[in-house]
Amino acid sequence: MSQRIDVKDLNIYYGDFLAVEGVSMAIEPKSVTAFIGPSGCGKSTFLRTLNRMHEVIPGARVQGKVELEGVDLYGPDIDPVAVRRNVGMVFQRPNPFPTMSIKDNVLAGVKLNNKRIAKSDADELVESSLRGANLWNEVKDRLDKPGSGLSGGQQQRLCIARAIAVKPQVLLMDEPCSALDPISTLAIEDLIQQLKTSYTIVIVTHNMQQAARVSDKTAFFNIAGTGRPGRLIEMDDTSTIFSAPREKATEDYVSGRFG
Amino acid sequence: MTAATEATHVLLAGGHKARQRKDRTMTVLIWGAFVLAAVPLVSLLWVVISKGLHRLNGSFLSHSMRNVFGGMDAGGAYHAIAGTLLITLGASVIAVPLGLLVAIYLVEYGRGPLARAVTFFVDVMTGIPSIVAGLFAFAVFAIFFGPGIALGVMGSVALALLMTPVVVRSCEEMLKLVPNELREASYALGVPKWLTIVKVVLRTSVAGLTTGILLAVARVVGETAPLLIAAGTTASINFNLFSGRMMTLPVFIYDQYKQGPVPCRAGAAGVCIPTINYERAWAAALTLVLIVVVLNLLGRLVTRLFAPKLR
Amino acid sequence: MTTTPTSPAAPTAERSPRRRPRRHADTERGFSRVFRWVTTSAGVLLLLVLAAVAVFLVERGWGALVASPADLHANGGLPKQYGNLLAFIGPLVFGTVLAAALALLLATPVAVGIALFVSHYAPRRIAGLVGFVIDLLAAIPSVVFGLWGTLTLSPVIAKLWAWIADVLSAILPGTVNATPTGRSLATTSLVLAIMILPIITAVSREVFKQTPRLHEEAALALGATRWEVVRTAVLPFGRSGVISAAMLGLGRALGETMAVLMILSPGLGYSFQIFDAGKHQTIAANIAANFPESAGLEVNTLIATGLALFVITLVVNMAARAIVARRKEFSGAN
Repeated sequence: MSQRIDVKDLNIYYGDFLAVEGVSMAIEPKSVTAFIGPSGCGKSTFLRTLNRMHEVIPGARVQGKVELEGVDLYGPDIDPVAVRRNVGMVFQRPNPFPTMSIKDNVLAGVKLNNKRIAKSDADELVESSLRGANLWNEVKDRLDKPGSGLSGGQQQRLCIARAIAVKPQVLLMDEPCSALDPISTLAIEDLIQQLKTSYTIVIVTHNMQQAARVSDKTAFFNIAGTGRPGRLIEMDDTSTIFSAPREKATEDYVSGRFG
Repeated sequence: MTAATEATHVLLAGGHKARQRKDRTMTVLIWGAFVLAAVPLVSLLWVVISKGLHRLNGSFLSHSMRNVFGGMDAGGAYHAIAGTLLITLGASVIAVPLGLLVAIYLVEYGRGPLARAVTFFVDVMTGIPSIVAGLFAFAVFAIFFGPGIALGVMGSVALALLMTPVVVRSCEEMLKLVPNELREASYALGVPKWLTIVKVVLRTSVAGLTTGILLAVARVVGETAPLLIAAGTTASINFNLFSGRMMTLPVFIYDQYKQGPVPCRAGAAGVCIPTINYERAWAAALTLVLIVVVLNLLGRLVTRLFAPKLR
Repeated sequence: MTTTPTSPAAPTAERSPRRRPRRHADTERGFSRVFRWVTTSAGVLLLLVLAAVAVFLVERGWGALVASPADLHANGGLPKQYGNLLAFIGPLVFGTVLAAALALLLATPVAVGIALFVSHYAPRRIAGLVGFVIDLLAAIPSVVFGLWGTLTLSPVIAKLWAWIADVLSAILPGTVNATPTGRSLATTSLVLAIMILPIITAVSREVFKQTPRLHEEAALALGATRWEVVRTAVLPFGRSGVISAAMLGLGRALGETMAVLMILSPGLGYSFQIFDAGKHQTIAANIAANFPESAGLEVNTLIATGLALFVITLVVNMAARAIVARRKEFSGAN
């Protein structure tokens, strides 16, 4: 149940400001694609256009096409809310709902949408999602405790469980480990390896080693200067990007000669 | 001590006597400002409690002023307490939904000139004199019911006008405290915006909203002038907001005060109490202050006990 | 920087004719759109209510504004000594403004002192206590202030006023009278000052707390005493905030009814005998005193005075809020 994404000539604007320009790429199903690049190059902005989360910011709009299995996400009859149910997202800082228990957090996607769910189904979904996020063994005894009582790494895995509980096709991760310690980071990276067998995963990261460790493909974004739009410089197999990139800018960045 | 440390000591001990004196004077003055503010408060609370306790009892709380006249040792504020509760409830029914919706508009949707205008005029509305609110309620109802009208619901309308901007302001502050990350988390789960607002934003801030509303109620429950005009005065119990005049606690205080001392015939001691009206006024004042203080404390307690931990 | 293949001709794409702006509205469907519509309507309704207040007051006051002086004398409750409505409103406006201005004069220095005390002087625990005292002061209903002011404060403070009046009589030409009951404008303004203290304190405190830490540390590093820090860094930064706080307090004092109604012994005229009784009256107290016994054109006259009060407080409040709003835009203190 994973799907491919094709992006064609995508421009992203904030009001009249062009933030990201002319991105075209193909994201393969059942693989991990990493976005790397310096701060402000538009990789997070671009990620958010893949499930129309950028529309939350007033004035943000796009031009071009983002196709999920050939369906344009920005087509006239497409509901952004439905898009987000199919393309899940995990954020930089773990953000469990503070008013909900661990269990309710996992079920948030169902409960917030006012859907009815049988208790046995709910329990099953909670367990499978938490197992899917490698968190079940740690929290199975305190499912009714608030999610904010967990450690940062556990909270982030709870957010991943919450995201996969709505059974998305694609999982977007916006620097999911930047607020975590090294051990929690490793746990999340292991989880990503497991998840890619069933989901299309796109991850933004500042950490090049992480990109090299977890991803199959890597896309390098760059920006020519402040006020200029970010662009996709190069996208290839991760091993190629880190060993023999075609562009000099990519080589400078991955070898640490940049910024 | 060597000469060098001696010199350093002198240097560090400082010799700016005048500056230090000025600093000390200002410190004393600023502490004095605090004391100055505390004096009237302490005096007021002391007087209200000491004079009010005398007559604040079960009989006072359970009797109206019907058939009570002269210096009779009878009568109470039951009708006024009931009226205050009903009218304030009526005002809340109008002001809370309206204020909450406006706050949601401002925080979740508001952009551009309309939102700026609403923000500005909410602030302006907080400055409307309470008596003008009373006149407004009268003017609206007088058009439909003719002059000389005074109803409980008119008092509610007047209080709602004063209460709405307070509710908007405090609810707005509370909604702003909800981290944007929670909204995004909800959107990313494919939850539509209105459900996100109802189930995540309002759910997260419900304790703060309750506090804000309780404080807004506390602010209007003591309003007198608009009720004097809109709801009038009566000695009897009236539970119907839509018919007849309705007494309220603040107006009762004023009304009792206005009656002044009672001229008692000589030898009527025991039957006729000359200061009975003032005694009732103080007792009612104590009741009102207690209501207001309890509402305030309750409001604070709600936040402290039920607010979720937000980073 | 690097030699990326970013073409310098990139900005042309911004003006491409294909550009189709996507607005918020078409990304919201179903009930979300209804919800947006409902909350926006609530905002509009609020503006309409404020407009309605003005419209209804004008509508009801109009009768008095257009009535002939003779009619007003006969049916409108206009005292015979005033030629027309304006001549009647004049002393009321004078009394209102004088009482509020005196209250402001008394309250502002104390409020600024308390605000400084909370933001820069008091130890944490005491600052909390002060906050509680101020909140409690703000919570006391005005009718209770009135009761306390007239029955408790007036007889006591009358002696102080009498002494001040004696001293002033000796210094100034002419005599300064003081009423032995204490039910003068001076007492009224004093109680009003206590009542507006909380709002001035609260707004000033917020402003003082926003003083950039860097400015304060810069002053401290130059060897300034605490007061010098306040004078060089805090007060200049907070000046406009204090001004608007004072104006908010002024707005409240102008509209306050019960304390004036219960304390002040009323009289109509232009007089600076603030320690004497029966010399002043305010618009709000005059309405509250006469409204219950009024009918017909008399009501219209009172509403016309209410309209004057509404306009005065509106102007004062709008000015205060405009100052606060402008401050927010320019202060980068975040």
